[in-house]
Amino acid sequence: MNGVGAPLCFFCSRVTVRGPDEGLFLRVSLFITCYNDTLFPETGKAVVRVLERLGHTVEFPAGQTCCGQMHYNTGYQAEGMPLLERFVAQFRGAECVVVPSSSCVAMMRDHYPKMTEHAGNAVLAREVAELLPKVFEFSEFLTKRLGLEDVGAFYPHKVTYHASCHGLRNLGLGDGPQRLLRAVRGIELVEIAGLEQCCGFGGTFAVKNAEVSSAMLADKTRAVLNTGAEACTACDNSCLMHIEGALHRQRTGVRTVHLAEILAGEP
Amino acid sequence: MSGTALDPTTAATFPMAARGLMGDTQLRKNVKHATDVIQAKRARVVGEMPDWQELRESGRRLREHTMRYLDAYLEEFERNFTARGGVVHWAADAEEARRIVVGLVKASGSNEVIKIKSMTTEEIQLNKALEAAGIRPYETDLAELIIQLGHDQPSHIVVPALHKNRQQIREIFKREMNLPDLGGTPQDLADAARLFLREKFLKVKTGVSGANFLIAETGGVCVVESEGNGRMCLTLPETLITIAGIDKVVPRLKDLEVLLQVLPRSATGERMNPYNSIWNGVDPARNDGPRAFHVVLMDNARTSVLADAEGRQTLNCIRCGACQNACPVYRQTGGHAYGSVYAGPIGAILTPQLQEMKFAQTLPYASSLCGACYEVCPVKINIPEVLIHLRNKVVVQGGPFKAEALAMRAMAMIFRSERRFRAAQRLGRIAETPLVREDGQGEGWIGWLPGLLGGWTQVRDLREMPKQTFREWFEAREASGNAGGER
Amino acid sequence: MSRAGVLAKIRAANGGASTLATAEAAWGEIPRAYRRTAEMEREEILEMLEDRLRDYDAHVVRAARADVADTVALMLRTRGRTRMLMPEGVDQELLPSWVGFAVDDPGEPLPFLAIDKFEGVLTESTLAIAETGTIVLQTVAGQGRRALSLIPDYHLCLVRTSAVVRTVPEAMDLLATVPAFATTFISGPSATADIEMTRIKGVHGPRFLDVVLVID
Repeated sequence: MNGVGAPLCFFCSRVTVRGPDEGLFLRVSLFITCYNDTLFPETGKAVVRVLERLGHTVEFPAGQTCCGQMHYNTGYQAEGMPLLERFVAQFRGAECVVVPSSSCVAMMRDHYPKMTEHAGNAVLAREVAELLPKVFEFSEFLTKRLGLEDVGAFYPHKVTYHASCHGLRNLGLGDGPQRLLRAVRGIELVEIAGLEQCCGFGGTFAVKNAEVSSAMLADKTRAVLNTGAEACTACDNSCLMHIEGALHRQRTGVRTVHLAEILAGEP
Repeated sequence: MSGTALDPTTAATFPMAARGLMGDTQLRKNVKHATDVIQAKRARVVGEMPDWQELRESGRRLREHTMRYLDAYLEEFERNFTARGGVVHWAADAEEARRIVVGLVKASGSNEVIKIKSMTTEEIQLNKALEAAGIRPYETDLAELIIQLGHDQPSHIVVPALHKNRQQIREIFKREMNLPDLGGTPQDLADAARLFLREKFLKVKTGVSGANFLIAETGGVCVVESEGNGRMCLTLPETLITIAGIDKVVPRLKDLEVLLQVLPRSATGERMNPYNSIWNGVDPARNDGPRAFHVVLMDNARTSVLADAEGRQTLNCIRCGACQNACPVYRQTGGHAYGSVYAGPIGAILTPQLQEMKFAQTLPYASSLCGACYEVCPVKINIPEVLIHLRNKVVVQGGPFKAEALAMRAMAMIFRSERRFRAAQRLGRIAETPLVREDGQGEGWIGWLPGLLGGWTQVRDLREMPKQTFREWFEAREASGNAGGER
Repeated sequence: MSRAGVLAKIRAANGGASTLATAEAAWGEIPRAYRRTAEMEREEILEMLEDRLRDYDAHVVRAARADVADTVALMLRTRGRTRMLMPEGVDQELLPSWVGFAVDDPGEPLPFLAIDKFEGVLTESTLAIAETGTIVLQTVAGQGRRALSLIPDYHLCLVRTSAVVRTVPEAMDLLATVPAFATTFISGPSATADIEMTRIKGVHGPRFLDVVLVID
């Protein structure tokens, strides 16, 4: 296998992508998440496109719905538990699970083990412990599981990256997403001021504390506009939906786009 | 600014208080400036430490250990403190603590006291009790003096007057110290405070302090400060009364090697704050320090926090305020919105627990769960985790029939079945139709939502739901045998 | 008396009473993977101390033992301080014989108002920590009771280079070996940042701190 990079990019022969798992094609189970499924199908399509372009197979367990994050984080722990069970039932036995949402992965990693422990369900706890190491946020799957930076993408736009809190702090994505972006052909990546500042979404926080959330959002949109970027990207559509909401309300013309959609870009 | 004490039992809800304060642009500017500066200083001196994460881990483990063996360490402290000529008092609650302190001040024969900045005395509203008993308290920390003279309330654990700028402080000092010609630089203002308090330090016979740490092994007390007012208060008076939560104990003197490394760098962004005092009981032989030294060990609901397996890590807090500086919510509202002397993320978990969940139930929701607090916490308190835990308590308390609970259960019902989820996705597209309008680009957007969701559309639009969900697309593609080759 | 009640609640919360013996055993298990000792040349440690003292507005000079008296005299002249106080027990060889120092007699201690009349105080020190720019004083001969280094506006402190350590844990190891005297950590002159986070030197403690590093 050494030295023989798989021809991952059929449209551009000079691009050869190599990684530690080179030549190993995986069966990827996609957990799209409830809100991406309903509100951001383009993100899901882009994930499929990128993974298939890299030679992997994508499966979609049809019974999947929601990870339970909204319930759990708002204080409805009891309601979150059946959703955990559902997730495990849908994805047990998966070779790997890819999730294009950093906060949903954070929910699973940070809280699933504790939830099963509190429930006193040893069998479920073991299943969760076995499953979790196979669950990856999308950018993390590319950079950490596959060891890739260049996925052969083309995206001729000026873009700024917003580091979603859960990706940054809970998952420790580091500069992985930026490394993926820097390898995109045609892109002009501009850094945003206050990269580590929360956009103010926070799930139900945005409606329970609407004024504070709005003020945080105003700081974030100002920072986005100051970059002069055409689009703001992130690993989490929930932040992007929030930021997009204000950018659109203010008629700024600046778009938001999930990282997967940039990485799916082709000439 | 609010002259009434920050009292969680009477305070407005967080969203309401925040709404009011966020109209004060000067306050928000002051808070943002101050927290920006401290954060930058902290980042610099934390960056100097190659073993910062190891120190944090040791800090966490040390504090957990202390709470686990708290009874043994408190008794050890009491024994050693008493052996060195001090007197220990135990207070079950704020009321008892106030009564003890007022009694001790009266017994000291003084009708005035000099005070070191202490969050514990703020927590129990000691000054009000002293004044009611005819005792005049002089706050000696510069920020606390600004608060006291300005009839204001503290808004930060470490820098309680950070919501005031120099012009505002100058006005307070001009008025209260009767200095019409007072200059406006920070140096002028600090000099005025020095002169104002000098005589008090040298003459007042009774001091009141909090404590950063009580050392079980030696019976020693440690106070960390910057200005020297603390040293004045704990060295010069004849009687010193120290009030400390039972959570302030540390097992061994050696343990300060961890805490004195993480606390200053986290709190003020200094490698070490200008003054740390560590002393033991009384020392009449060397004429050093007060002749009478009392420590009041106060519970005030800390034991109920300790009894909660998930909430008890809150007691590990060493009051550095780093979480406040890092918190994007605190940075927008300042501290008064939290209706408690403990503001910011730590206040959002500590205050409701100290109220035994009877008050301050909106505080656990005063967070976007961004995790910046946890990241900077020098003893690794997982504040987001505790916030979520407390939210659950609030939900359980609220009962199953609140509108939110009903909606959440309905959502959970939907997510528990693929069929119901698909139906809801279809229904959502239909239900939103009357709200959707086209923008200039011909795309559908929602600019108004009803009820609680209206908070969203105050400043944000919402994209209409796409005509096809992801799963519909994926299934259509599979059915057409397009998988793998589809672009 | 709430003692019994508070302790009972703690024990209930922790699932029973603990003993000091079990606490001590568990204390030994606390991981301490942070740095303890210096991996630095002596000279580098001294330079670090000087640098960090200066960073917090202290004035620092180094002097061989034989030159300390002259250095002290020069510093006092530069600062324009003549009415100086010191505790009992300062090493006389380190003092300029032609400068008069009042001595605080432990048998007949000066009242605070009298201490306040002095323009400065000279003390020795127990040790210094390079990494944090900290000088540690204790209530012992040559360093005196705490009020002495607190009330006067100017503090001139002698630090022996042999007593300079790099890290806080090294300092705590040394302090654990001496009897439990009152101990004060001094890192630069008194300061505050309470007004707009602007660091201001000198609020209530000494506004000026000079340090002579005595090479020994």
